[in-house]
Amino acid sequence: MTETNAGSPEPQDTPKRVIGTPAPAETHTLLAKGDDEPAAPAAAADELDEKSAKRAERVVALFFVLTFLASIAFIAAYVYVGRDGGMHGADRTQQANVLLGGAMTLSFMAMGIGVTIWVRRLMTAKQIVQERHGLASPEEDRRIFAEGALEGGADTGLAKRPLLRRTLLLAAAPLGLAPLVLLRDLGPLPEKKLRHTFWRDAVAAAKAQGKPGVRLLVDGSYRPLTISDFDSPGGMITVVPEGIEQTADPLNEVAKAATIVINVPPELFKPLKGRENWHVNGVVAYSKICTHVGCPAALYEQTTHHILCPCHQSTFDATNGAKVIFGPAARALPQLPIAVDAEGYLIATADYDVPVGPSFWERGATQQ
Amino acid sequence: MKWFTAWRRRPWAGYAVVLVALATIGVVYAGFSPRTAQATDSSASADDLAHGKQLFNQNCASCHGPNAEGTRDAKGNAIAPSLIGVGAAAVNFQVSTGRMPAMNPGAEMPRKTPVPVFNPDTIQVQYPPNATEEQKKALRQAAVDKNLNDIQAYVESLGNGPSVPSADQVAPANDKVGLGGTLFRTNCAQCHNFAGQGGALTYGKYAPPLLQSTPTQIYEAMITGPEAMPVFNDTTITPEQKRAIIAYIVQTRSEANPGGNGLGRIGPVAEGLAGWLVGIGLLVLAAMWITAKKPKKLKKQHD
Repeated sequence: MTETNAGSPEPQDTPKRVIGTPAPAETHTLLAKGDDEPAAPAAAADELDEKSAKRAERVVALFFVLTFLASIAFIAAYVYVGRDGGMHGADRTQQANVLLGGAMTLSFMAMGIGVTIWVRRLMTAKQIVQERHGLASPEEDRRIFAEGALEGGADTGLAKRPLLRRTLLLAAAPLGLAPLVLLRDLGPLPEKKLRHTFWRDAVAAAKAQGKPGVRLLVDGSYRPLTISDFDSPGGMITVVPEGIEQTADPLNEVAKAATIVINVPPELFKPLKGRENWHVNGVVAYSKICTHVGCPAALYEQTTHHILCPCHQSTFDATNGAKVIFGPAARALPQLPIAVDAEGYLIATADYDVPVGPSFWERGATQQ
Repeated sequence: MKWFTAWRRRPWAGYAVVLVALATIGVVYAGFSPRTAQATDSSASADDLAHGKQLFNQNCASCHGPNAEGTRDAKGNAIAPSLIGVGAAAVNFQVSTGRMPAMNPGAEMPRKTPVPVFNPDTIQVQYPPNATEEQKKALRQAAVDKNLNDIQAYVESLGNGPSVPSADQVAPANDKVGLGGTLFRTNCAQCHNFAGQGGALTYGKYAPPLLQSTPTQIYEAMITGPEAMPVFNDTTITPEQKRAIIAYIVQTRSEANPGGNGLGRIGPVAEGLAGWLVGIGLLVLAAMWITAKKPKKLKKQHD
């Protein structure tokens, strides 16, 4: 083997080595050369100066003593400092963090630094050759194993007893299929849960009582909202359907039903075709769940009338059916049809006409 | 580039690069936050109105127009909005936070030290002889309060709008912090962050941090909707609920950061990121030191 195909560009010179990178391969260090003495590597510290070794020894010992002291300090801090409940209370977490973490850091770091100095200053960089063997077992072992296996196989009579062979296969097949059942059962399919929100149930319940729709409650205080309450231009509020806090799982219901009501200047508001009576003089309701990955898109800028999603900066135009004007969202925010009832309360007259939130496997592409 | 190659090969070059990278990451955490002033309102006489108009002409009219009607550029885009009907609360918010008068109109008006006539620390006042430092301070505060009241009264006289809330109206409702937290997270946190640290909006606009805001200013911001902020009027979020929100903000920002540095209080992501960048950087340094060439050279064997 020549030196060129051994991959060493500068075989004899001391290689210029960028710090932290492995040393370049050298032919005489990788390949055993029979009885030849392996050459000492360029950077070997083979001749220890006794005086500097003594100095290094003391430095290392100093670090080890530091480790000892820091460990003692850790135990002492844990046991004694503020033992009357103070140290372990949340109000003194900061002090605990500094003392315990600081002591432990010091202890481990001093130990590590000491060991490293020991290796670097007091030990030599000896070349050690480790012999490698082929992976295959000796020919004799392989022959004995093969003979034993074949003999055992013949002894079972698998070949001449087909009944046993077939029933064994039959027994193993369902066992192999069992994981498929487990995988299928990892989670339920969403069924129709993602297609509707609690607005549908709430509107249906209200209509059953002869009301035109369900009232919008301010999220958090659950106060029904009247149109005159919400008369400030540039206003915005998060609402949920009436009765949502009495459902079995209110948090999951709010996660789908959360809606923002915005007071858009009526002269700027452009209702979409077929949605002319879904708003009340510029007061309009959109789903709060971004159609991209479902973050709460509720950063409403009253100067630009943009609704911004904080996660990926999808931007929707509140004056124009919450159409996407920027960002990764693929669809406009669904719009909730709202109106005013006889007592002046804002009501929703139907559920969202499309599933809210991000796309999902069963959603289908036909519904915009 | 030969010098660079030579430099890069030096033994300490690797350490230097890692250190510079760590320092650059550290510099990213830099913030600024100016100071604030306070004000109350009262009824206004004709003299006060005249004084308010004078202050308006000196400080506001250059942008908002001599009659507060607003100004537009050649293309008809608003340079400054009309102040007719914005009310005293809007004036108090904008002036006491130092946002107005604006020095350098941009996408977002930053909070800054108010101009001297509205700043109790720098206002020029005639002191009586032998006034103590305390008295001087009270006199300066009184002068600022009068200036604020007069200019608010003048703008209010142009058209009615929300008035400045009293101290009782904005007192934090400390027994309703839970409700305040719920309302804050539902209606405010999307822009101002759940710990009131602020956040970015579009085209250079941002929701400012609420760390310096006084309860009065928080209340005024909710009822007036400064700049891009939506309005949360008293019939949508009641005054009592606003006091709960104020209590949440005041209490949250006074809480200690158990880890030392709050890292913007945006939670484990920031802490993890800092841990990774700083921690991995230190580990890389340590690994380089451990595996570096032993400094001692092989002694020449030829002698």
